[in-house]
Amino acid sequence: MLFFSYFKELVGKEVTVELKNDLAIRGTLHSVDQYLNIKLENIRVVDQDKYPHMLSVRNCFIRGSVVRYVQLPPDGVDIDILHDATRREARGG
Amino acid sequence: MSWAGPEDILFSTSLASYLDKKLLVLLRDGRKLLGILCSFDQFANVVLQGACERVIVGDLYCDIPLGLYVIRGENVVLIGEMDSEREELPAHMICVSESEIRRAQKAERDATDLKGSMRKRMEFLDLD
Repeated sequence: MLFFSYFKELVGKEVTVELKNDLAIRGTLHSVDQYLNIKLENIRVVDQDKYPHMLSVRNCFIRGSVVRYVQLPPDGVDIDILHDATRREARGG
Repeated sequence: MSWAGPEDILFSTSLASYLDKKLLVLLRDGRKLLGILCSFDQFANVVLQGACERVIVGDLYCDIPLGLYVIRGENVVLIGEMDSEREELPAHMICVSESEIRRAQKAERDATDLKGSMRKRMEFLDLD
């Protein structure tokens, strides 16, 4: 639940999602769910020429199970709050 | 399936907003399916109406009609909403027949296999 809550805080921010099939997509985080499925808006595909089929896609849903990385803006993170939340979760769980 | 409360709707990544829209579905095996979303569930199982597979080899492409398709969620990588106001593919791409695209696919596969086997034969040289 920690990462779900964490991503909820990031809704509206620009993120880059790198998938396990090496496709990387930059977009605004629209929503996230308990499976860490991600919905992005106004996407831009990194290395667009390699993925011509994605040309007309503006919004997309990404299944949580295929995400490798989620790259975040450096100022989008309050590290201390994240540390505290993790310690609390570790203590409780 | 329990119904979502108001907070759930805000934070659940629902495919409901994609119903009756033309979608691009990317599968784990690299296939690209297009179709209109009829139905979905919590596993991202999806039913596409008027589905077709868009096969792309270099600058050639072909849409192969499939009809009504049920896709098991575990195979889904991405579901993209296709914007009707934008071009689906770059203008330089050429639409060809199914037989031609299959030929091109085979040629591409053979070239990759050849590259792989040549690399294997060179391995003994230990160049890197």
